[in-house]
Amino acid sequence: MNELQQTAKDLLEKNAVAVVIGYGMGSEPSLRRAVFVRKPDQAPQLIFDESCRQNLAFYVLKPEVKALGKAAVVARTPTLRTLLQLATENQITDESVVALPVGNGSVQPLTNFAAIEQYLANVPRGFTAQEQQELAAIKSKTLADRWAFWKSELSRCIKCYACRAACPMCYCSKCIVEVNQPQWVPVPSDMLGNLEWNVIRAMHLAGRCISCGSCADACPAHIRIDLLNQLLATEAMQQFGAEPGLSVRKDYALATFKPTDKEEFIR
Amino acid sequence: MNESKIILKKSLGEWFNMMTAGGYRVVGPVGQDGQIDFEPVTSPDAVRFDHVQTNNSGKWVMFPRYEAMMRFRLSGKEVQAGEIPPQAPPTVLFGAHPCDAASLATLNAVFTWDSSDAYFEPKLANTTIIGLSCTKGDSYCFCTSVGGGPGDTRGSDVLLTPLDGEKFLAEILTEKGKSVVGLAPQLFSAADGTSKEAALAKIPARFNHRDVTAKLPSLFPKEDVWKEQSLRCLGCGACAYVCPTCSCFDIQDERDRYTGVRIRCWDSCGFGLFTLHASNHNPRHKQSERWRQRVMHKFSYQPERLNVLGCVGCGRCSRSCPVDMNLGEHVAALAEIKV
Ligand code: SF4
Ligand code: SF4
Ligand code: SF4
Ligand code: SF4
Repeated sequence: MNELQQTAKDLLEKNAVAVVIGYGMGSEPSLRRAVFVRKPDQAPQLIFDESCRQNLAFYVLKPEVKALGKAAVVARTPTLRTLLQLATENQITDESVVALPVGNGSVQPLTNFAAIEQYLANVPRGFTAQEQQELAAIKSKTLADRWAFWKSELSRCIKCYACRAACPMCYCSKCIVEVNQPQWVPVPSDMLGNLEWNVIRAMHLAGRCISCGSCADACPAHIRIDLLNQLLATEAMQQFGAEPGLSVRKDYALATFKPTDKEEFIR
Repeated sequence: MNESKIILKKSLGEWFNMMTAGGYRVVGPVGQDGQIDFEPVTSPDAVRFDHVQTNNSGKWVMFPRYEAMMRFRLSGKEVQAGEIPPQAPPTVLFGAHPCDAASLATLNAVFTWDSSDAYFEPKLANTTIIGLSCTKGDSYCFCTSVGGGPGDTRGSDVLLTPLDGEKFLAEILTEKGKSVVGLAPQLFSAADGTSKEAALAKIPARFNHRDVTAKLPSLFPKEDVWKEQSLRCLGCGACAYVCPTCSCFDIQDERDRYTGVRIRCWDSCGFGLFTLHASNHNPRHKQSERWRQRVMHKFSYQPERLNVLGCVGCGRCSRSCPVDMNLGEHVAALAEIKV
């Protein structure tokens, strides 16, 4: 058994948690899928490697998983940050979930938010070189080319809402697209409907998106919605100076008003 | 009727030209590896022949993503409403694999169940299916478990089977098939008796669908089974939207203060809001109940009530599922449970 499996086994044996949410083998040798380990002898199911991409923080909020009892979650860096942002937004409470950080040597269970904050303080931040390159490529396009790019991407959207479903930060029980008295977002998955849906989603995630990439990974039409979110994340960073999910703070961009705010409508 | 001929690959262009000249819109699988979909095409050069399956199904030809049905306007206290008639251009759906061709029977059974759907029926009536047998499959394909197969003729009007890189066996199966072949009869020569079997993909059966249908009512109350399978399910619409047989829709009014359009759009039983009542009661409150509904609907309710399976084993739902919910695997697991 490797360290991750051993740690999971110990936590379950000590009854410190009721379930370990992790990655296991998927349909194909290259695929991984979420597994919910509840018995110590199932710990060898747990795998961690490059193919484990889904942001498992989603399951911490899923009612059926919550019902299993206290959870430990196998957490890549974006998952750790998601937990802190969810805490910032009062969606989870301190010590209600154990994080098992992977990908950085030893798997030392992080049992509270302070421990996650401390762990993240030593992890490199910001976008990867490839992400930066892709963002720069989009930004350097002329407006017309940029519009053409997004039109072609969004024309494939079938409004299946897999992006929303996979995103741990999209936790509203009734999403704005489902509000129909009045109807805010056009219903059909035509150009306008798809544009408004994806732009609204990106706006609602500005300053909250962790850039985990789960939304784009989930999209059956392979639309680069992650780029849209990253562009807004950059914007929110520049305007408000706040990077989400580095600490449990109460003043994130979308929920804070200041007397010194430039915009008139807020006053 | 069932007549077999040979058409050369290099003659397909001519056939496409004749179909276009004959007033047909030709829709076929196009795109790059990873994203191949049914779209209007003018030449077979753009058409893919080498893929396992398209990402989205071709059901949009008969059942589009969204469809406007009525326009209305409020003037004073008067409401003026005007129907938007169905659009049903004569269409050839080219290169649909046998599972997709078989899916039309399921869609048709739903849309003609107790009344005939005015928007679906004319499109189906005006669509001709030129199917394409499968020479390869992947681990997600399970057509042979649900009564189909890589060379199955059901639902196709003409079925093409690639015999080698150069020529196709063309089985002409219906009057509609005869008509499209009749547009260019000179391109078809007599079959030389070569059997298509050797060319077909080998798709091992994973379960017996009759056993599954017989067993499902007794599995319904086993909550743990459904919960265990669906713990990782996100509750999105991807599986239903890519599925060739899923037919659920929602009708919504898109409106401003005085005018509006009534539209029907795809919907999915995977969504939590799908069955939410105005009272706030939800008969399928949990994702496990929604997953159970998906499986029961396809493998129990539809065979019982409509005499047709709700799944043709194309595997799209599983290939597209963001969390690797593998329908073939899960139904095979259900078939193994002792009741
Ligand atoms: S997952 Fe992709 S196709 Fe589905 S709603 Fe989101 S952007 Fe559209
Ligand atoms: S919007 Fe996408 S990248 Fe951002 S947190 Fe949600 S799933 Fe992750
Ligand atoms: S089975 Fe997969 S595609 Fe279907 S609702 Fe669940 S997560 Fe979405
Ligand atoms: S349920 Fe899945 S495998 Fe069956 S027809 Fe639909 S998409 Fe294909």
